[in-house]
Amino acid sequence: MSTADDQSVGMDYLERFPRKFLRVYLPLGLIVVFLLFPFYWMTVATFKPDAEMYDYEKYNPFWIVHPTFEHITKLFFETDYPLWMWNTVIVSVSSTFISLFASVCAAYAIERLRYKGSRYVGLAIFLGYLVPPSILFIPLAAIVFQLGLFDGNLALILTYPTFLIPFCTWLLMGYFRTIPYELEECALIDGATRLQILVKITLPLSLPGVISAGIFAFTLSWNEFIYALTFISSSENKTIPVGAITELVNGDVYHWGALMAAALTGSVPVVILYSFFVEYYVSAMTGAVKE
Amino acid sequence: MAVIAEPAAAQVKRSSLWSRAFESRNFLGAMFMVPAIAILILFLAYPLVLGLWLGMTDTKIGGVGRFIGFGNFVSLAKDSVFWLSVFNTIFYTVAASIVKFAIGLYLALLLNERLPFKSMIRAIVLLPFVVPTVLSAIAFWWIYDSQFSIISWVLIKAGLITRYIDFLGDPWNARWSVVVANIWRGVPFVAITLLAGLQTISPSLYEAANLDGATNLQRFRHITLPMLSPIIAVVMTFSVLMTFTDFQLIYTITRGGPINATHLMATLSFQRAITGGNLGEGAAISNAMIPFLVAAILLSFFGLQRSRWQQGGRD
Repeated sequence: MSTADDQSVGMDYLERFPRKFLRVYLPLGLIVVFLLFPFYWMTVATFKPDAEMYDYEKYNPFWIVHPTFEHITKLFFETDYPLWMWNTVIVSVSSTFISLFASVCAAYAIERLRYKGSRYVGLAIFLGYLVPPSILFIPLAAIVFQLGLFDGNLALILTYPTFLIPFCTWLLMGYFRTIPYELEECALIDGATRLQILVKITLPLSLPGVISAGIFAFTLSWNEFIYALTFISSSENKTIPVGAITELVNGDVYHWGALMAAALTGSVPVVILYSFFVEYYVSAMTGAVKE
Repeated sequence: MAVIAEPAAAQVKRSSLWSRAFESRNFLGAMFMVPAIAILILFLAYPLVLGLWLGMTDTKIGGVGRFIGFGNFVSLAKDSVFWLSVFNTIFYTVAASIVKFAIGLYLALLLNERLPFKSMIRAIVLLPFVVPTVLSAIAFWWIYDSQFSIISWVLIKAGLITRYIDFLGDPWNARWSVVVANIWRGVPFVAITLLAGLQTISPSLYEAANLDGATNLQRFRHITLPMLSPIIAVVMTFSVLMTFTDFQLIYTITRGGPINATHLMATLSFQRAITGGNLGEGAAISNAMIPFLVAAILLSFFGLQRSRWQQGGRD
């Protein structure tokens, strides 16, 4: 008993199971169930035939008796969903690469070239990170319209970097700072140009940072909603989030099965990518806060 | 001989001018900044200024607006829907942020324990933050459905209620429903970033406290909380910023209804500017959010300063 009461960190393994169950596992389990339930519900609804979906008396709502692909086939073959998927991929990949290129250059210049006023530019970029899309979308809509980009992928590819570049630059500045300056000095003495140093020394050494920034930027652009909702009007140019919420609802008729299938299949690509790069993703998310 | 040598000398001179330019930090720095700065000025700084201007005009979609000074704000001040949206935004932000912080900190402490499959649990916990918000909001929409809500069904089967709850039809039910959805989405961010903060606290501090006979609560109160406070300040500023300017959840689940009871300033500005076509009025509503955001940014700035000071870094 005396060991069980002892709270010392190094002796945690002596804590009895029932106690630890009540103190840690039970609350943790409840929170995890709360966090995962909407996904379970999404999945169940995707594969449930309509008859079971709207009849809770005859069928247990938590389970599927006759799984069906009817909603998914309807989504893929009777709506513009494949186009939305394609648009989302194009927009996310392009805006991520544009942002990475611009951010690598900017972060290197701010952190390593240290030109006059670079610290203020760095601070300004951080402030840019704090400007939310909700206050930019109205004037941006006017600009997008003036430039003739309205209702096209290019409108999104060019505007997404506004929230990606500040984030990526800020993150990469942190990574570049950790690379010993001596390495660059050696290369400079050997006659390397700044561009060569960036491509051959700094970038390879900060590859984890570049991957983190890229993964996070990709998920952010995949998830973006308000710009895509405002700048795109025709169905074939929409992204998945916008298409799902605007095209799958006909007046008062909600196609719940198709909606859920869209929610599930639109989430899966991001989740797969995330599952391969969890550590990079987490370091991107926490890195931006810790800096 | 001399005729041939002259152009060569000129070439040497020109290349040295070029190479001198490329050795200059300021010139090179400017070159490296061009892509980022060009995009940020055209699509971030310019719209920010244009938004301030639009808020003082009566611009309609497809038309040129007149400058009307503070006319939009004067009419908004008499607009009860606008004030309702301000109330909703503040309620939404305060209620969701408090709960997100409480559950997030608790979850971070739980995840900081010795656990089997720890990294897998952490990866699972972060899922609500990773998945597109609109798509998970569709799931919440279905969970809150007036006829087929699973929550109502379970509560009825458990004998706790007799009729299906009208989650999205009643003003206060709807407000709490979207707050819960927001909490669901925000908790992982708070928990995982605070966990990263917890992991930087040196175990020797806890060992020293143990030797001095500190209780669990005392260790939390006098070590964990003070060491964590700089990160808490930053995380909560981000969280408040995201919640205050939220658009996706509301637009998906309620579209501001029932009878504007869940309209946030962001969704109202969208409705007035894009759906209604009054760009000027919508921009004015967006601009009304700026003072709140500036307050949050200042808070974050001072939080950052304190964290650097505590870690012994320069400025």
